[in-house]
Amino acid sequence: MTPPAEMVHWWFATGFLIIGLLLFAEAIVGTEVWTRRPWRKYLWPSFLFGMGVFMWPVMTFFTNSTIHMVAHGTWAQFLMLAGGAELGVARGKLHSQYWRLCSAAAMLVSGTALLVHEQQHWLFARAPFLHHTLGWTMIVGSIFPIAQAIRPRSLTAATGFATVFVTTAVMLFCDRDSAAIFGHFSQYAGVPHR
Amino acid sequence: MSADVAHELQRETETKERVGMRVRVVLALGPLTSLAGIVWAVAQPWRLTLLHPSGQGFWWLFSEPPLYVVLVGLLFRFVIAPGIVADLEAER
Repeated sequence: MTPPAEMVHWWFATGFLIIGLLLFAEAIVGTEVWTRRPWRKYLWPSFLFGMGVFMWPVMTFFTNSTIHMVAHGTWAQFLMLAGGAELGVARGKLHSQYWRLCSAAAMLVSGTALLVHEQQHWLFARAPFLHHTLGWTMIVGSIFPIAQAIRPRSLTAATGFATVFVTTAVMLFCDRDSAAIFGHFSQYAGVPHR
Repeated sequence: MSADVAHELQRETETKERVGMRVRVVLALGPLTSLAGIVWAVAQPWRLTLLHPSGQGFWWLFSEPPLYVVLVGLLFRFVIAPGIVADLEAER
């Protein structure tokens, strides 16, 4: 009764796309305009936290090995940590600009978990390829929240942070349970489908 | 016209142009996202199982990723963007 794993990736891709658009809008209009309506400042941190919550059932029902379970559990924890820290800053309970480092930590840990739990090489099939690219995108992209923690008003850092979310969404939308990548498909990867 | 007034007018014009550009970009984000979803649906119509629903189970009929992208764009354009634009206009 559970849906194929690729569908879960698409649902999370939708969440990442929403967060990316919200972050882009905030970067374009600036924090002052963005926070003029109180509900707006809670939007993307709530989505981030909510995706962390929804990652727990993914960990429970969709992991078929210990390393997969640990990776998904780690994402759940760090998504909730980053979302919670951003919610605390939005609410005014947390004051330091360095709380943004929680997002950087979440991206670093998530990227590392993506790379470590992927046992196949880049061109084994599409899913391993995307795990490698997602992992490195997260690790390299963590430079943006670090830059935001140091320079909160940096437009480059803000748009870079938003771009990482949109890029992640695109890659998750590309995910398939078994499909070729650039014409490569291992004979051990199962039956390919579109 | 004194130089002070001229400078003030120039500053106001520059502010209006800057705000106008930001308004256009915010209003374009949603439609561009929806357009990406439409292009994807046209390029890979088999991703929309609603177009050929016979024999498809619940999850395959529920999961329509190009439609998700279109919906996110529409949601942003009609729920989020109007408030942002109103706040930007108020700043002018």
